[in-house]
Amino acid sequence: MTEIGKIITGVAQGEARAIGRAISMVENHAASAPALVEALDGQRIAACLVLGITGPPGAGKSTLTARLIQEYRRRGRRIGIVAVDPSSPLSGGALLGDRVRMMTHTLDPDVVIRSMASRGRLGGVCGAAGAAVRIMAHSGCTVVLIETVGVGQSEMDVVGIADLTAMVLAPGLGDDIQAMKAGLLEVADLLVVNKADLRGADRLILDMESVALQRQDKQGRAVPVCATVADQGQGVAALVDHFHRLHREIEASGAKERHRRRARRAEVADWAMELLRPRIIEAVAARSTLDGDALVLARQILTEMGLAPRK
Amino acid sequence: MRKMYRVLIGKPGLDGHDRGAKVIARALRDHGFEVIYTGIRRLPAEIAAAAVQEDVDVVGLSSLSGAHLRLFPAVVEELARLGAEDIAVIGGGVVPAEDIAALQEAGISRILTPGASLQEVIHAFETACEEREG
Repeated sequence: MTEIGKIITGVAQGEARAIGRAISMVENHAASAPALVEALDGQRIAACLVLGITGPPGAGKSTLTARLIQEYRRRGRRIGIVAVDPSSPLSGGALLGDRVRMMTHTLDPDVVIRSMASRGRLGGVCGAAGAAVRIMAHSGCTVVLIETVGVGQSEMDVVGIADLTAMVLAPGLGDDIQAMKAGLLEVADLLVVNKADLRGADRLILDMESVALQRQDKQGRAVPVCATVADQGQGVAALVDHFHRLHREIEASGAKERHRRRARRAEVADWAMELLRPRIIEAVAARSTLDGDALVLARQILTEMGLAPRK
Repeated sequence: MRKMYRVLIGKPGLDGHDRGAKVIARALRDHGFEVIYTGIRRLPAEIAAAAVQEDVDVVGLSSLSGAHLRLFPAVVEELARLGAEDIAVIGGGVVPAEDIAALQEAGISRILTPGASLQEVIHAFETACEEREG
C-alpha cells in the first residue's frame, strides 16, 4: 500500500498517529496533501456536525470546550477538536495552550484534539482548519468543535467552516458588546453567556436577549441565549440540546448543505490566496529596488506574474 | 518555506514547579517554534498521547522533583507503544550528572541541566527537529 493509502486507512480506523500526520501534511502544504484530502469520505463529512466556538479572550472558550467534550462523550459521540491559537507576528512561533484544559480527555481514544497556530491568517482560524475538520470526520468523529483564537469584532472565518457557531461572552470583559453588535453577534447561531455566576451576568444576559430578539428568524424565533458556568459544567447539557435541535432544523431545511456550498467557495478562494502568497513574497524579495509607490509596484509585480489586476 | 517545527513541553509526575517549563516554552515560541504546553501533573501516557495527536517533532520534559529516572523513560516507552519512537525526547531540570548515562540509555536524546542557557536549550530542540527531518 502507498504511504498515502496507509495514512488514509489509518485515519478511517481512527488511529491517532495517522490523524496527526494527515493534518500536518495539509498544514505544511505537503506535495501529497491533495491526494490525501481527495480520498476523504464525503458521506462521513456531510453527516458530521461542525460547531464553532468563538468569543473574546478570557470568555472561557477552552473551559467550555472541555465541558462540551465531556457532555458529548457522555452521549456516546466520538468528537474532534481543532483549537486555534495565534502565531506570533514577530517570530512566527506560537504557544498553544488550549490543550491544558482538555488534558483529562487525552487518553480517551474517541476524543481527537489538535492544536493549530493561525500562521498569519487573520480571520480567527487557520488555513488548514477546514481540512483538519474533514480529516477528523473521516476518522469517525460525528461532532467536531473548532475553538477560534480570542476574537474581536471581525474574525468571522469560523462562521464559514462551522455549521453552527456559538459566540461565548462573559461579564466583566468591558463594554465591547455594543460595538460587537455589528460583527459576530450578527451572525452567531447561539449566544452563550459564560461565567453566569459572576456579577454583571444578569445584565449581559438581558443585553444578549435584546440582541437575539432583533435577530428573529423567518418563524419569528429569536437566536437562543444560553447561560453557562463552564468550570462547573452548568448549562452545558442544555447548550448541547440547543446545538442538536438547530442541527436537526438546518439539516431538514437544507440550510446546512447550502451553507457548506457557500463556505466551500470561500475556502477555495482562501486556499488559492494562501498558495499564491509565497510566490508573491518571493517576487517582491527578488526586486533589487523598490522605487515608486507601493500600489504601483504591486500592480507591476502581479502583471509580471501574469496576474494583472483589473483596471 | 521551511517546515514549521512543532514541539510539546510537558511535566510528568507530581512535580508542580512549572516556571522552568514555561520559560522554555516561551523562549521556543520566540524562536519560531509552535509549542504545545500540557500543564503540570501529567501521566507519561497522557504526554505521549498528546504528542502523537499533535504530531510534534520533539517532546521536552521538565522535572525538578527527582523522579526523572522513572518518568522520562516512561514517556519514551509510551511513545514507542503508540508507534511514535521517531519523536525525540529531551529531558531537562534537576538531573544529577550520574543519572545522565542511564537516561540516554533509556532513549532520552538530550539532557539539559541547571545552568544551561536558553540558547543551548533552543539549539538542542532545533538539532533534534532537524535530525528527525533527516
